[in-house]
Parts: sequence; structure tokens; C-alpha cells
Amino acid sequence: MIRILKYVTLDILKNRIVIIYAVVLALFSWSAFGLEDNTSKGLLTVLNLLLLTVPLVSVLFSTIYVYNNNEFIELLVSHPVRRSMIWKALFAGLSLSMTAAFILGAGLPLLLFADPATALIMIAAGVLLSVIFIAIAFLSSIVTRDKAKGIGIAIMLWLYFALLFDGLVLFLYFQFADYPIEKPVVLLSALSPVDLCRILILLRLDVSAMMGYTGAIFKNFFGNGWGLILSFSLLLLWIWVPFRVSLQKFKKKDL
Amino acid sequence: MIVIKNISKRFGKLQALDHLSLQLSRGACVALIGPNGCGKTTLIKSLLGMVLPDEGSLIFNGQDIRHNNEYRRQIGYMPQIGRYPENMTIGQVIGMIKGIRNSNETPDYELYEQFGIDRMLHKKMRTLSGGTTQKVSATLAFLFHPPVLILDEPTAGLDPVAAEILKAKIADAKNKGRLILITSHLLSELEGMVNQVVFMQEGKLLLHKDTTELKAVTGQKTIKEAIVHLLKTGAK
Repeated sequence: MIRILKYVTLDILKNRIVIIYAVVLALFSWSAFGLEDNTSKGLLTVLNLLLLTVPLVSVLFSTIYVYNNNEFIELLVSHPVRRSMIWKALFAGLSLSMTAAFILGAGLPLLLFADPATALIMIAAGVLLSVIFIAIAFLSSIVTRDKAKGIGIAIMLWLYFALLFDGLVLFLYFQFADYPIEKPVVLLSALSPVDLCRILILLRLDVSAMMGYTGAIFKNFFGNGWGLILSFSLLLLWIWVPFRVSLQKFKKKDL
Repeated sequence: MIVIKNISKRFGKLQALDHLSLQLSRGACVALIGPNGCGKTTLIKSLLGMVLPDEGSLIFNGQDIRHNNEYRRQIGYMPQIGRYPENMTIGQVIGMIKGIRNSNETPDYELYEQFGIDRMLHKKMRTLSGGTTQKVSATLAFLFHPPVLILDEPTAGLDPVAAEILKAKIADAKNKGRLILITSHLLSELEGMVNQVVFMQEGKLLLHKDTTELKAVTGQKTIKEAIVHLLKTGAK
């Protein structure tokens, strides 16, 4: 596992995309904090970067990377290596490099400009979102053999989680406003990792009004440590479930 | 050494393997032949665990290969079209495979030297011609002294000199008592190299015979003539 991981990580780091990603993240974060005179405005810019760009780049790069590494997988499968090892090494390698790029790009300015607790929560959310969308990329790339279809599925999933979901929850909320549906709405928001991260950070920042409706309800519901623990466990579940499903499928795949 | 019991594999509408059973023992040099799309490559990939059969079982040295990967340590595989990570150089690919195999034995560098691979270690896999890729595949297949060799169209795409080097290497492995499984369309090329013939059609095993027996039964001089004779008469 370690040996395969080494080759995968070296290969990804040689790929310029990850380096460009880190540089772009750094540019945006530094300028967000440098141009705004108050930190909380800068934080909101970084938050949007974190909730939209990080998932998009993670899911797209990983899907394409897995498809491009079909040869690598085929080569290893005919040698004495367990299949699950290959898949896990690819996942670990991608997670490590994307996380490193995020921490170097956006994590450093956050630590320098924001207060430590907020910075740490935002970095944790960014890292989790990166890994979650890599897991989703693994799932979409194992569903179909067709690269174009796989990338299409990945983009659709990103669109759904990052943009459509909050609108959908809001729509439902207005449709059923006459009923006591706060609890179902809280449950619903657990169905999107991006919303969960938004809530996680909202509980730290005090800007719920700007952050979509789900966040506002969640804040009323979990204004304490339990909310944090619950959101983190749900996020971990969001990594575990898609990756597990893709691993099972990969074990049965014909190469 | 290898026992294939009643395996079937279906890809959508195509029945690639249809209740095929086969036994291969140590020291045999087997030609796996049949028309295009008869399931030869699927059979080979099933042996390597790359394709998982829908039913039936494959036994390697008394062990079921399902949920097992250590048995692959004993197989050298040369694919029909070698597909390698495009950005890696030849040296990196060979180094990686050595690292993964983690074998204590001194690798078999004979083909490596004869093909002159040491002169192009820095070349990226993407830039290689089909023939050079085949040379790399062949080198990797023989690198770890495997007791079983599975060669899928080994000489396709190789220049005559390289093909002769590879054939000599195969003959050498045969003399050492290795089990060798070769698929090829060029029946004349297999003449003198193989001692058993397996003929497949539409995923089924049509015959598995010693070459001498095959020639005696059909009254022909070469494997090629014997197979053509069999196909014409429709006999089994």
C-alpha cells in the first residue's frame, strides 16, 4: 500500500494542475484578506471559494485522474497486489495532494488573518470537502466506463450539491411553511455535504442571514457543541459511504 | 497446475466464455488458438483475476484464485496491447513493478539486455512505438523467473530480430519446465514451439490435444494444416 501510494503521490505532484490550483487558491485568499479592510468580509470571500471552488476542482480533477489512470490500474492488477489496495492508494494519494494544495493555498492566509478557532474550522471544512468530493469522484468514475459520461456525472453532482440543493430546501420550506417542518429541514440539510460545511462555519461566524435558509434553521437548532460534533460525524460519513460503495464496485469490475 | 472448472462469462449480450473447463499441467507449452472474439483474452484475463467469471472456479496450484492475489507472484503476463501510465518512463515502470513484486531473487535481465532497454530507460511510455511497448511488456513478463508464463500475441508488432530473441527466450523457458500459455494468430509461428493445442470457438473449448496426437489423428504435417483440416471436416 505504501509503495503504491508513493508512486501515486509523486505522479500527482508532478501534475501541474495541483500546483496551479494551490497558487490560484493562494492568490484569491491573499487578495481577499489584503483588499478588504475588515477580516469578516475577507472570510466570506474565502468561504465562497471553499464552498464552490474547492468541491468543483476536487471532483473534476479526481474523476479525470482516475480515468487517466486506467492503465496504471490494469498494470498493477496483473501483479500480486490486492485490488482494494490499488483503489485505496489512489484515494489516499489524491486526498493527500488535494488537501496539501488547499492548506498551502487557502489555509496559510486563513491562519494569518482570521482568529485561530475560525481559521481551524474553515480549514477542517475545506479539507473534509476536498476529500468528500474526491470520494464522490471515485463513485462517479466507477459507475461508467465512458470518461465523458463519468465527468458529466461528476459535474452534475457538484451542481446539485453546491447550487441546487439549498434552493430546493428553500422551496420546500416555503411550500410547507404552514407546517412545523424545522426538524425535517435539518435532516434534509444533512443530505448535502456543502450545506453541512456551510452550517459548520456558520456556527462560528455570525452571518447566518447571508448564508441561505438551511443555515439559519440549523443555527437555531444546534447552537452548541453537539451541532459541531454531529456535523463533523455526518461529513465523515459523506467520505466513508461513497468511497465504500466505489470500492465494492471496483473489486467486482472487469478490467 | 492450473485447473479451470466450468467457467462462464457474459458481457451484455456476448457470451465470452461458455462453461469452459480446462486443465494445464507443468511443463506444457500450450497454444491457445481460435477465431477473433472467441474468448481467448477473456480466458487469460480470468486467469489473472482481471475479469471475474460469472460462474465456475479457477484453481491455481490447488488454490482457488478468487479472493487471492499472491498466486500472481508466480505468473508472468505479457498483454496483447500493453497499456502503461503515459507519464512514466520505462525505467520508472520497471522500477515500480520491481518495488511492487518486492522479490529477493535477482531479476532475469536477459531480455532487458538483448532488447537494449537500458539505452531508452528515460523514454516516456507515451512516446513509445507499439513494438517498443511490446519489448517492455516481454521484459516485465520474464523479469521474475515466473513458473507460469501467459503471453497474449507475444510477437505481434515486434520486428523480426526482436521476435527471434523472444522466441528463443520462450523456448528456453519451455526447456526449464515452465508452463507457458501462448495465444497467436500466426499458427506457423507456433510450429515447433508448442507441444499442446487448445482450440476455442464462441467461448467453448473445441479441443485440447498434444500436437503430435493432433497431427497423427488428422494425418497432417503441421499444426496449421491440422487445424484447417479439422475446421473443414467439422470433426472434433
